[in-house]
Amino acid sequence: MKRISVAGIELDIDIRGNGPPMLYLHPEHYAHLHEPFINKLAEHWRVFVPRHPGFDGRWPPSQFQNVGDLSYLYLDLLDQIDLVEVTLLGASFGGWISLEMAVRNTTRLKSLELIAPLGVKLGDREKFDFADLSALPDDEVASALFSETFVDLGKFNETQLLGVAQDRQFLAYYGWKPHLHNPSLAYWLHRIDVPIRLIWGQNDGYVKSDYGLYLAERLRDAEFCAIPGAGHYPQIEKLDETISALLVAAGG
Amino acid sequence: MKVWHFSEMAYHPAWEELGASLRNTIPSSVYDPKVGADLYHRYLDEWALCDELGINIMVNEHHTTATCATSVCTIPMAILARETKKVRLLCLGMPIANRMDAVRVAEEYAMLDVISRGRLEMGFVKGAPFEVWPANSNPATLMERFWEAHDLILKALTTHDGPFNWEGKHFHYRQVNVWPRPYQFPHPPIWMTVMSPGSAAEAGSRGYSIASLNTGYLRTPEIFEGYRKAATDAGREAPTERFGYLAIVGVGDTDEEGKRRADQILDYSRTTPRAASQFWFPPGYTSNEITAQMLHNRGPNMIPLRNGGQFEMQFGTVDEFIDAGVAFAGTPDTVFEQIKEFHQHVGGLGQLLMMAQGGHISHDDTVSNLRLFSKEVLPRLSDL
Repeated sequence: MKRISVAGIELDIDIRGNGPPMLYLHPEHYAHLHEPFINKLAEHWRVFVPRHPGFDGRWPPSQFQNVGDLSYLYLDLLDQIDLVEVTLLGASFGGWISLEMAVRNTTRLKSLELIAPLGVKLGDREKFDFADLSALPDDEVASALFSETFVDLGKFNETQLLGVAQDRQFLAYYGWKPHLHNPSLAYWLHRIDVPIRLIWGQNDGYVKSDYGLYLAERLRDAEFCAIPGAGHYPQIEKLDETISALLVAAGG
Repeated sequence: MKVWHFSEMAYHPAWEELGASLRNTIPSSVYDPKVGADLYHRYLDEWALCDELGINIMVNEHHTTATCATSVCTIPMAILARETKKVRLLCLGMPIANRMDAVRVAEEYAMLDVISRGRLEMGFVKGAPFEVWPANSNPATLMERFWEAHDLILKALTTHDGPFNWEGKHFHYRQVNVWPRPYQFPHPPIWMTVMSPGSAAEAGSRGYSIASLNTGYLRTPEIFEGYRKAATDAGREAPTERFGYLAIVGVGDTDEEGKRRADQILDYSRTTPRAASQFWFPPGYTSNEITAQMLHNRGPNMIPLRNGGQFEMQFGTVDEFIDAGVAFAGTPDTVFEQIKEFHQHVGGLGQLLMMAQGGHISHDDTVSNLRLFSKEVLPRLSDL
């Protein structure tokens, strides 16, 4: 992990592996459970994994408030390290940031890979597109996020628990209201002019795969790939299948 | 010492049916508006009686709960501002980080102050964790919003030469120009609720009154000390009248009767933990270190006893709550001695926020409780 300065923000970034460049924007929960996934990615790509400001334990600058700000930060990052033909991969909250980046500027992107992204409101005003996990008891949160995996917070160490608390805080910071979406984002999806792949756990209880199919229809050039036996984080529950889906998308 | 009577205007008839959770997701179908109307009038009558008895009045607000049917604190206070003539009126308080229209708060407070001819005291509170959801208020930025609302409300109440504009981080107004201006100058006194030395310090550095809520015999001294230290560091005085403490009070002709009344009121305390676990820790509401501990081991709410033991809040006996300093109960002599001891133990208590109604206590018992307290205990407290 190294720390670089981008747009006045001290950004922790993990850079691993060799191959074509990939920017991976992490999801909201359980960073340490995603380690095996990042290692696998590094077998095929040179993967850049920044830790989102706030999720890193440092309070972002006062004017840095929303997912749009995160998207500009990572567009600046691509400019600063001068990456081209980048595979942009975002999972869940990271998928939302990726979509915000792609509607703004795809110049440096080769393709957009999204694992069950948040951020686009498609349903009506009395329906959650994204389950309100904050209002669910722990067991229902677990069954919304996972299909077959039991994540026991009791087994997390102190640092990992602090990470969970920080992650929850900063998901709220960026996405409490409106609830995990940008009301304007759906309007601009047509601007994304690179191939898109949506990867979705078939048993996702946080963002249902039906929503994913609907989102795919709203995007210009999107393929939808369902992963059986996985919930919201197929990259944790079905690691090999998720990597295979990404390799197909990359033509690999 | 000044005394205030506080009630949460509970809708207790639904408690049994609602079971483990009394907050946030409970259906209002269990609320009977006819029963609710009788209860509102009953509680207002009890407060109105305080005007005769020389006991000041405190109201609060909570949302989406059967433990407290005061969903807007300024509504009962508006009624009481007109129904009473003498006593002070404390709204403790307004959850200003959860009220998206801060100028409206200033307007409500100013109007109450004028109608009551300058008897209002203004509480600004963080609000309980459960309150974040009904308000849909971002818990990660709650305190930032709290202090911006605080600054804006005070400026709105003290600006009298026409409008000012406000383009802050959380609040935006073109022309802030509050009418009427408050009756008291420069504005009604300010109170904050505190639960830790840290929150007491925030109030101490600004010279505001504090209300330490049921923090008990063991925790309250360090909270008051946190206030005193911050006040001294800021070059302020910390007179005893700044220090308030909320306790359950049951007075009777015998110790047994006083304890019975306190025991019934204590159902207020016993119902407090009855909220679904996920609503206790909104993301970012408490420090991440505390949230991390709770994620690891979320036990029941415990209250410390003087001997180093502790008991579960939901099931405590009246004697345990008395030992913990959460309740004062017995004959007037007993209650006076308990309050006096607490006053000395915390280094000076200036404001007793007395819950003389709560839980399942009846109207008749509440009235007897208030009358007996006013006649036999209150006169002795004025010398403390």
